[in-house]
Amino acid sequence: MSRKQQVPRPGPALGTDDTGCPILHVDMDAFYASVELRERPELRGVPVIIGDPGARGVVLSATYEARRFGVHSAMPMTRARRLCPRAVVIPPSRHKYAEVSRGVMEIFRSITPDVEPIASDEAFLDVGGARKRLGRPAVIAAAIRERVVREHGITCSVGVAGSKFVAKLASQHCKPDGLLVVPAGEVVDFLHPLPVAALWGVGERTERSLVRLGIKTVGDLAHTPVDALRRELGQAAGTHLAELAWGRDPRPVRADVPDKSIGAEETFATDVGDPVEIRRELLRLSERVAARLREGGHVGRTVSVKLRRADFSTITRSRTLREPTDVARDLYTVACELYTASGLGRTPLRLVGVRVENLRSAAETPRQLGLDEREKGWREAERAMDRAARRFGRDVVLPASLVRPPFDEIDL
Amino acid sequence: MMFRIERDVLAEAVAWTARSLPARPSVPVLAGMRLEVTEGGQLKLSGFDYEVSAEVTLEPQSGEAGVVLVSGRLLAEITRALPAQPVDFVVDGAKAVVTCGSARFTLLTMPVEDYPSLPAMPPAAGRVGSDVFASAVGQVAVAAGKDDTLPMLTGVRVEIEGDTVTLAATDRYRLAVRELKWQPGQPDFSAIAMIPGRTLADAAKALGSTGAEVEIALSSAGGTGEGMIGFSSAGRRSTTRLLDPEFPKYRSLLPTEFSARADLSTGAFVEAVKRVALVAERNTPVRLAFRGGEVVLEAGTGDEAQAVEVLPVDFDGDDINIAFNHQFLLEGLGAIDSDVARLQMTTSTKPAILTGGKPVDDGGTPDYRYLIMPIRLSS
Repeated sequence: MSRKQQVPRPGPALGTDDTGCPILHVDMDAFYASVELRERPELRGVPVIIGDPGARGVVLSATYEARRFGVHSAMPMTRARRLCPRAVVIPPSRHKYAEVSRGVMEIFRSITPDVEPIASDEAFLDVGGARKRLGRPAVIAAAIRERVVREHGITCSVGVAGSKFVAKLASQHCKPDGLLVVPAGEVVDFLHPLPVAALWGVGERTERSLVRLGIKTVGDLAHTPVDALRRELGQAAGTHLAELAWGRDPRPVRADVPDKSIGAEETFATDVGDPVEIRRELLRLSERVAARLREGGHVGRTVSVKLRRADFSTITRSRTLREPTDVARDLYTVACELYTASGLGRTPLRLVGVRVENLRSAAETPRQLGLDEREKGWREAERAMDRAARRFGRDVVLPASLVRPPFDEIDL
Repeated sequence: MMFRIERDVLAEAVAWTARSLPARPSVPVLAGMRLEVTEGGQLKLSGFDYEVSAEVTLEPQSGEAGVVLVSGRLLAEITRALPAQPVDFVVDGAKAVVTCGSARFTLLTMPVEDYPSLPAMPPAAGRVGSDVFASAVGQVAVAAGKDDTLPMLTGVRVEIEGDTVTLAATDRYRLAVRELKWQPGQPDFSAIAMIPGRTLADAAKALGSTGAEVEIALSSAGGTGEGMIGFSSAGRRSTTRLLDPEFPKYRSLLPTEFSARADLSTGAFVEAVKRVALVAERNTPVRLAFRGGEVVLEAGTGDEAQAVEVLPVDFDGDDINIAFNHQFLLEGLGAIDSDVARLQMTTSTKPAILTGGKPVDDGGTPDYRYLIMPIRLSS
């Protein structure tokens, strides 16, 4: 849905020779929107946007009908509505998406253990080892697409290639509801007509730098001397892009790459300067982050807060704890200390965020017990909240200060 | 102002005084060491950083009254390096000249009138042998927290009730408690103080080397000189500002009943823990499995290097698996001061107590108890 995905379809129809193409990139089509449409079939064919309908809301997902009007994710809701006034806006129900995401990932893992999820709705698979059992990569890709539709009622697109980055480009090209194999011998033909923005690592700034050098397509990039790229973009980025331009991407699919961090943030409907309200929001975000840590079976040691002033200037402060935690109360305590120490005590803030980094598996992380810990402490109370949430839905049990109409936040 | 004194006497006194000098003085004069020859012919060296003060009194071979302030660090380095001969210290205008054998140093003096006066000693409260005191403090200070963001846990709590002194320190993960006898000035003396752990350990160690008795100066609750504790011994005195006396109610945290008791040779236990801990990263556990007459020590996991060792143990109770931070365990074993280490446990998540094996056998509570919280292996 970003710029990179609005790439024209490639000219020549690519073959189905999947020799040397063990890498699959599977990407759900308009994930949140598709999940919602399962329950609202009457909205099929209508522009639908998922996101908080409020003034400060942001587009999280949009159907292809809405995208035709220029709506894309991360766009402010006000702008999206101007572009497409007749779009139906649905507030997000994250637990539903998480459930579908888990189910889809399970399908992938039933095919190969080499699954590298990169978002809730996309993953890389290395099916090189499943060939004898399940057949050629293109066959497996088709089977996955069929199972996702049959079991979850949503469509996905699959790119099949010899490397992760080409597989990802391939899936973007065949979206929605498509399958594209880029044979090993045709990688260069496939890549070179593409605009440079299609490459991983080319953001708007890099794109501007490249266009200034007269480099518009990947082919232009491939035929630019590496030294010139390094001069313009820096040693590492220049080398990397030159490699990508020839389709060289040696990164393997890494199963269970642990989440590097888990965070949540909130953009206020109007800027908030009251420290009491900021702390309450930090508590709410801490609860959310901790619940997600526990859900993923993680504990983390580094807590950071993000504070954005009205003028968008942003500061981030972090602290590493002695012991890793998945307890909201711990996150909240540190978040408040970091907020207090930030010197932004009375400054109106547009956005606050809480994030935990340095994640490890909770099951495998030993925990030093403390003398002052009660047998049943916050950790146990919060686990009980998790169980209640699983049975009765999210937010049925909350800290008293949070019992009120909730905001919406953007998950990162 | 001038004096003559043996190099060894001076060097030791200067080194002791210099310990209390701040590493980064908030005002320049605090980097100075004050040297005074009194009318009575005594030499006094002193240092002060508003938290801690130190003063030592010496008898020089000869002297002429006066006072001077010179850089303490520099004087300490110079006296340490001087040859073993009498040292002559002479103030000449704004300079101080140190002569010893064929060596001669000229130091700039600092404005002594800007130097703060040292706090008065609180009233003397009682006496204790310096070696006993030093070892007791050492046993307890090991458990004090090192994290200055939690000042409450960086202190050693001193409770005095008549002839019994109880020292306690905790960093949340272990708790060390030591009881000792002393001779109070008043038989019903009672006081509570929190002393910064690092400072107390330094002071006790420095005084312990004198071999004499230590006089502890501390006002009872509500008395004068509150907020300060003083130690003096053999011509040396130091004062330390006290911390907020807030401290966890630790007595209720010390378990008195256990489901298992293990007695091990302290030396063999220490060696074995050190060996298996070679594969344990910081803050990761050493696992102990007690089975009848032996204990299996293990560290490391399947993804990393692993180590295992078996030791004989005199064991009584239910078989138990328990894991500890190896550093905490080693520090406790280093502090019990006994050939036999006794570890008493209840379950794998309840506090365990480490003591010297012998004293418990006569039925009483051991003088020294080191509580250690286990590490829970997985949630």
